[in-house]
Amino acid sequence: MLLIHCPYCEEARPEVEFVYGGEAHIARPIDPSAFSDAEWEKLLYIRSNPRGRHHERWRHTHGCGRFFNAVRDTVTDVFETTYKAGEARK
Amino acid sequence: MKRFSGFNLIGEAFRSHQGWPEHWPDKAPKASYDAIIVGAGGHGLGAAYYLAKKYGITNVAVIEKGWLGGGNTGRNTTIIRSNYLYDESAHLYDHAVKLWDGLSQELNYNIMYSKRGVLMLAHNVHDVQSFKRHIHANRLNGVDNEWLTPEECKAYCPPLDISPRTRHPVLGGALQRRGGTARHDSVAWGYARAASALGVDIIQNCAVTGIRRGADGAIEGVETERGFIASRRVGVSAAGSTSLVMKMAGLDFPLESYPLQALVSEPVKPIFPCVVMSNTVHAYMSQSDKGELVIGAGTDQYTSYSQRGAFHIVEHTLAAICEIFPIFTRMRMLRTWGGIVDVTPDRSPILGKTPVKGLYVNCGWGTGGFKATPGAGDLLAYTIAHDAPHAINAPYNLDRFRNGRLIDEAAAAAVAH
Repeated sequence: MLLIHCPYCEEARPEVEFVYGGEAHIARPIDPSAFSDAEWEKLLYIRSNPRGRHHERWRHTHGCGRFFNAVRDTVTDVFETTYKAGEARK
Repeated sequence: MKRFSGFNLIGEAFRSHQGWPEHWPDKAPKASYDAIIVGAGGHGLGAAYYLAKKYGITNVAVIEKGWLGGGNTGRNTTIIRSNYLYDESAHLYDHAVKLWDGLSQELNYNIMYSKRGVLMLAHNVHDVQSFKRHIHANRLNGVDNEWLTPEECKAYCPPLDISPRTRHPVLGGALQRRGGTARHDSVAWGYARAASALGVDIIQNCAVTGIRRGADGAIEGVETERGFIASRRVGVSAAGSTSLVMKMAGLDFPLESYPLQALVSEPVKPIFPCVVMSNTVHAYMSQSDKGELVIGAGTDQYTSYSQRGAFHIVEHTLAAICEIFPIFTRMRMLRTWGGIVDVTPDRSPILGKTPVKGLYVNCGWGTGGFKATPGAGDLLAYTIAHDAPHAINAPYNLDRFRNGRLIDEAAAAAVAH
């Protein structure tokens, strides 16, 4: 089980308190009706799925309830850092 | 290849079995091939075998980063079934089940396919309605699946507790009698041996490091740890690592790789005669011919390439097993392990051509690819040989994520499958 540091609670808590939220920094369209099929495909389905550094969202469901971002190595599962939603990509 | 037969077995018995040749020779890569398969799991080796056997392309190499059958082929829970809801899925998985039948004879290798039946338990009204719908849909597609009353479930699988006082009462079950299990390692070994005998080169410990494309964008070959190998046709069957291989060709794929765990108990005498699945409680189990109870757990919630999962996933699965089968609460578990599965957004595979000319893909089988091994191999081989998909795998194209024609088995099964 992972130990995850919540940047809002400022505490490392067990993974079962959190829910994974998928890849981070995927921006929703400003003008959805102008989106082409290819852009929708990229937004909804295409994921980077890297082997190594992965930017991802987590939600501290059984804690503060807030979403935050994390950088985790997908080979070792070790977290490099976690940071608040809205902060720049690390 | 020296055939396995009673006659040869007796003959070898007189000389201490020293005359058996190696199953498949370890080959050094040639400069070029007519077709290359990336990934020597059951799917990839099956594709190479069918390319040589059915479609007449014998100058084929199978390139594997690790060892043959060491990925998800050797890590799954060996369940075979084809009771899927949608027409496309029923056709695809039943194509595989038809090939499982007689595969031991075809490969001259005992893959131990056992039609012991797959029984899916219904615990509530929704399950009953959903499974009956599955049964009717299956029968329209010529796939066997039948409804059993609780008493019939108990007769088919005596360890079941069908008392109405249990936490998850058994209201009935859907039984596919052709479903069952097979020996996963033997499938890889059997395909490797048969393909090798037809002239296929199996190259292990040779990771693909790049994919070379020509000025027109078409495939020219693959860069590997042992040098460049030329081929106009490359089929990728790399399961959890497919995203990485596709990136080498400049393609982004709708895939995410998750750890999926399984576990086995200590071996015991035969007690569990079939495969039992309970989607509601999220548990399934069978007993191997060695005597171990084979149990499949769920995926972890996060993407990973670590080939190991979290312990609380295993704990959750065992809690579910103990709820349904209190008889096994004191069984000791022997081993747990994980594999990396490539999951698509609609939980259906991608099997066909890619936007790159000469590059074909077989991926996205997620948590349930073993059952499809012969079918996926055959269809990938067909697609490579004809440069066009077979009618069965035509719906499993990459375009469906753009045009919205998804095959949404995720919603149909409501659980990993």
